[in-house]
Amino acid sequence: MNEPLLHVDGLSVEFQTPDGWRQVTYEVSFRVDRGKTLALVGESGSGKSVTAMSILDLLPPNTRRTGRILFDGVDLVPLRDKGLRPLRGSRIATIFQEPMTALNPVYTIGHQLIEALTSHHDLDHRAARERAVQLLRDVHMPAPEEKVDHYPHQLSGGQRQRAMIAMAISSEPDLLIADEPTTALDVTVQAEILDLIAEIQERMGMAVLIITHDMGVVADVADEVVVMKDGRVVESAAASQLFRSPQEPYTQALLAAVPHLGKADDFLSAARNKLRIDGVTATTPLPETVLRLQDAVIRYPGRWRRPGFQAINGIDLQVARGEIVGLVGESGSGKSTIGKAVIGLLPVTEGVLEVRGERITGRPGRALRQLRRHVTMVFQDPASSLNPRRTIGQAISDPLLWQGLVRDPRARRARAKELLERVQINPDWSDRYPHELSGGQRQRIGIARAIATDPVLMIADEPTSALDVSVQAQVLDLFLALQRELGFSCLFISHDLSVVETLSNRVVVLRHGDVVEEGETEEVLHHPRDEYTRRLIAAAPVPDPEIQRVRRAERLAARRG
Amino acid sequence: MKLSPRIRQAITPLRTVMVVYLVVIIVLMAFAPLLAPYDPIAQNVAIRLQPMFSPGHLLGTDELGRDILSRIMFGAQVELFIALGATVLATVLGTLLGLLGGYFNGLTEVVTMRLVVDVILAFPPIVLALLAVTLYGPGPVTLIVAMGVLFAPIFARITYGQVLSTKREEYVDAARTFGAPTVVILFRTVLANVSAPIIVQFSLTMAAAILMESGLSYLGLGVVPPTPSWGSMVAQGQRYLTTDPHVLLVPGAVIVLTILAFGILGDALRDLLDPKAKKRS
Repeated sequence: MNEPLLHVDGLSVEFQTPDGWRQVTYEVSFRVDRGKTLALVGESGSGKSVTAMSILDLLPPNTRRTGRILFDGVDLVPLRDKGLRPLRGSRIATIFQEPMTALNPVYTIGHQLIEALTSHHDLDHRAARERAVQLLRDVHMPAPEEKVDHYPHQLSGGQRQRAMIAMAISSEPDLLIADEPTTALDVTVQAEILDLIAEIQERMGMAVLIITHDMGVVADVADEVVVMKDGRVVESAAASQLFRSPQEPYTQALLAAVPHLGKADDFLSAARNKLRIDGVTATTPLPETVLRLQDAVIRYPGRWRRPGFQAINGIDLQVARGEIVGLVGESGSGKSTIGKAVIGLLPVTEGVLEVRGERITGRPGRALRQLRRHVTMVFQDPASSLNPRRTIGQAISDPLLWQGLVRDPRARRARAKELLERVQINPDWSDRYPHELSGGQRQRIGIARAIATDPVLMIADEPTSALDVSVQAQVLDLFLALQRELGFSCLFISHDLSVVETLSNRVVVLRHGDVVEEGETEEVLHHPRDEYTRRLIAAAPVPDPEIQRVRRAERLAARRG
Repeated sequence: MKLSPRIRQAITPLRTVMVVYLVVIIVLMAFAPLLAPYDPIAQNVAIRLQPMFSPGHLLGTDELGRDILSRIMFGAQVELFIALGATVLATVLGTLLGLLGGYFNGLTEVVTMRLVVDVILAFPPIVLALLAVTLYGPGPVTLIVAMGVLFAPIFARITYGQVLSTKREEYVDAARTFGAPTVVILFRTVLANVSAPIIVQFSLTMAAAILMESGLSYLGLGVVPPTPSWGSMVAQGQRYLTTDPHVLLVPGAVIVLTILAFGILGDALRDLLDPKAKKRS
C-alpha cells in the first residue's frame, strides 16, 4: 500500500482571458494517502481552491490543466466530463464553504439525499429514505426523522453543513474534498463539524483533502500540510513538524500572524499593555464614560401588526474614554445589533443610550446627527461598505462635508491625502476607486473614513474578519497605533476571541441577546466564570496540533459524559 | 491604443456600423441647412416622382417634386428633437418617481409607483397619445410631453427595482452613519449606483420614441405639414406604393435603421456599463 490514493504531480492550471492564457498555479505536487488528511493552506489568491477544484475538473470552461492527477493509479487530467462523472460524488465527494448555496433551496434535504443515493445505488424509494434518515443520524443531525423533510432554509448553518456531509458520505467515498467547510460557521459549531469529519474518517477510512486559510483548523485535523502562495507550493510537511519547525520564511510569517489566545509575547499585546499603562497615567482618576447603555432593549421593527424580533433583552454596557471594549459572541448573539443601535441605524426600543453623557434615546433626528459626528463605524466588509462610484479620496472626505466640518473642497482634498498617509496608503491614490485596491487596503480606507471626523467613539464591526491572516495582523497593528495616537474609545465587535484578546482592555460576552460575562480581558479569557465563555474559548482552534489533540479528546469525553 | 478587455468585447462590427450610421444621421441633421441640396418644402411639379439616383436628386422626389434627401435631413431635425425631448423628459420623470418610491416606504411608494406609474401603464399608449393630441392639438410640444409621460413608467420601474436592492447595500448605511443628508444619499449614493440600466434604457427609449413619433405623424397627429417628418413622408408615400415605391421605402428604411441603431447602441451600452447583465442573458 505504498501508492497514494491521490497523487497530484506537476499540476498547472491556466485561465483563458482576452489577453491570452494566464497561469494561476505552477506545477503543484502533493500526495494524499488512504485514510489520511491533507490540508491545503494559503491566503486568498494562493490557488488552493483552484487546485482542489481542478481534481474533479469543477472549474469554469475557460481553463486548462497540465500535469498529472493520479487517483488510485488513473490519470484524471485527460478525462472529460463523461470519464469523471462515475467518480464525482461517488468515489470522490465534495463539500463546500457555504452549504446554503450548495444545497438546492426548493427541495427538502431528504429529497436531495435520496436523489444522491439512488443515482449511485440500486435502491427503491422506501429503502433510500430509510438510508437517508440513517445518514442524517450518522452525522448527528438532531431529530433526523423530522429534519429529513425540512428545506435547507429551515436548518441552521451547522445543520446544513451536516446535511451536506451526509450527502457527501452517502456513497462511501474514498476521498472527501472539503473546501473551507467551516469558514462560514461559528467556532463552537466549527469544532463540532471538524469532530464529525474526523469521526467519519476514522469509521469509513476515507482520505480528506481540506482547503482552509485557518491554521487552527489545520492543526486540528491535518496529518500533512501543503502551504501555497501565489499558485506555488511553498512548503509541504507533516503537520506536527510544520507547526514545530516551519522551514520557509513564508510559513513562519503565516504562523506568526495567526492570532490565538494566550499569545502573550505578541507585539500587539505588548502594545496594548503599554497603552493601558499610558491610559491610566493619562486619564483623570474618574474616567469619563463615553458610551452608556442601560437596560437597553433593541427590537427589530415588525411588519404590519406582527411584533418585531427582540435581539437584545435589556443589557448594561459602558465604554470609558480611551478604552477598547471587545464585544464577543456567536452569530445571533446580538453583537452587531448593539453596534447598529449605537451608531443610530436601529432604535433602542427601551432603556437608555447615552453618548458622552448625552441621552440619545427618544431624541429626534438633530440629536442623532450630532451624535454621528462623535461616533463612527468601521464596517465588516470594506468591499460593500464603500460606495463603488466614489473615489477613495472622496469616500474619506465625504463625512467632513456632510458634517459641515470642512466646506472648502481644496481643504477637503488636502485632509483626505493626510488621512491616506495616516493609514499608510499612498496619497497619490486618492483618485482611485475601491475596486482597484486589495481587501486590506480597502479596510485601511474604511478606517481612514472612520477617523476623518475625529470621533470620540468608534464602532468596529468585525473589521478584519474578511481579511487574510497576514493582512489582518497589519490592519490590527495600524488600528492600535491610530487608537493610541488619537485616543478614541472603541467598541470592537468580533467573533474571534484571539483578536479581541490582542486589542481590548475589557471584554463583554454576549449570548442570545444577554450579557453572560464581562470583565478585564485577561480575567475573562483566562479565568472565565461562565460556562458558555468556557465553551467558546475551548472551541477556538489554536495552531498547535498537540493542544488540539488534547482539546478534541476533552470535547469528545464531555459529549459522551 | 490599448483598450480594456471589457470595451473590446463590447465593440462588434455591427455595432460599429450602427454607431457610424447614427453619427452620419446626426451630422446630416445638424448641418441640414448647409448640406441639404434643396429646400425641403419647395415644390416643383415638373419633376414630380423622380426615381432614385436621378440626376440632381440622389433619393428621387415625391409627388410634389420635393427632394426626398433634403426632406429626410430636415425631417431628422424634427424627429430626433422630439424623440430626444420625450426621452429626456421620461428619464427625469421616471427616475425621480422610481427613486422616491424605491427609497421611501409607505405612502410615497403607494403614490409614486401605484397611483402614478401603474395608472399610466393601465392606458394603451396610443390611446393616451391620441387623447393628448386631441386635447392640445398636434405639434412638437404636445408630442414631447405626451410621449415623455408615456415612457416615464419604464424608467420608474427600472429605477424602483434597482433602488430596492441598492438601498440595502452597506455603503448606503455607511453614508447614513457618517451623517450624509437624505438628499445626498438619494442623488449621490443611490442614483450613481443605479444609473447604468437607466442609461441603457435611455437609448432603447429613443428608439421607441422615434417609432411612436413616426406612427403619430403617419396618422397625421404629429408634426403639422408642410414641416417634413419621416412618419408623414411614409403616410404620403403609401399612395404611390405600386408605381413609385421609393417615396415610401426611403423614409421607411431610415426609420427602421435609426430605431435599430439606437437599440443596438443600447445593447452595447449595457455590455459596457453592466457586465453582469451579459452573463444573465
